[in-house]
Amino acid sequence: MISVYHYMTVSAILFALGTYGVLTRRNAIVIFMCIELMLNSVNLTFIALSSHLQSMDGQIFVMFVMVVAAAEAAVGLALMITFYRNRDSIDVDDMNLLKL
Amino acid sequence: MEIIFFYLVALVAVVSGFLVIRCQSPINSGLGLVNTFFCLAIFYVMLHAPFMAAVQIMVYAGAIMVLILFVIMLLNLGAEARHRYTKGIVWSSIASLMILANVIFFIKRGRVTGAEGDITAFAVESFGHTELIGKAIFTEFLLPFEIASILLLVAIVGAVVLAKKEV
Repeated sequence: MISVYHYMTVSAILFALGTYGVLTRRNAIVIFMCIELMLNSVNLTFIALSSHLQSMDGQIFVMFVMVVAAAEAAVGLALMITFYRNRDSIDVDDMNLLKL
Repeated sequence: MEIIFFYLVALVAVVSGFLVIRCQSPINSGLGLVNTFFCLAIFYVMLHAPFMAAVQIMVYAGAIMVLILFVIMLLNLGAEARHRYTKGIVWSSIASLMILANVIFFIKRGRVTGAEGDITAFAVESFGHTELIGKAIFTEFLLPFEIASILLLVAIVGAVVLAKKEV
């Protein structure tokens, strides 16, 4: 029988993969996709727990996470296009204007 | 039978998540991410949340991923250079393994308890998941819903302003 712990373990593995991707990749769009992966693993935890506790609140929260992810995708990709226009690159190593 | 199916889908989800972080070309990473989204949608169906599965496929795999792939193709990105950051790879794998060990330790140690509500699998089947979510979102969670709509409006305006002209 599948318990809620199975789902939470899968979610933990996906979250750790997303963390590793954010820390090691240099392409800003890939970092962005890794953030989406982490958000999705948290969504899986929310839905598994809401199904386990037979409550609707977790699923409503997942909806708001999706809204924030959509807003983040729109603004983040617009920022990347602007950055690419100025620097001809999307490597995070080139985003060094605030460095001493 | 169900547990075999669960392990199969979990394996596909984790392997696709691994492809997201290992592929050199961003397009391949994006396709792996779409695969992970579909696996999570299968999980949502197994957890008696079919509406969330439909929203997952339409919003994530449909809208957000198409937007990301569109930007990748618009900027014509190739594979990134792979020979830098070897020290960073060691430290970040240590960090992510620590996160994984920590979370799995608490999952193994703790017990999920709490007040059980009335949204059972039987209620989802008899009323319909969409109706239950609609009732919750338009009565109990009305104010956060309106705030979310304003957030989306601000994001649309911000994206247009940022991408339109030279900044």
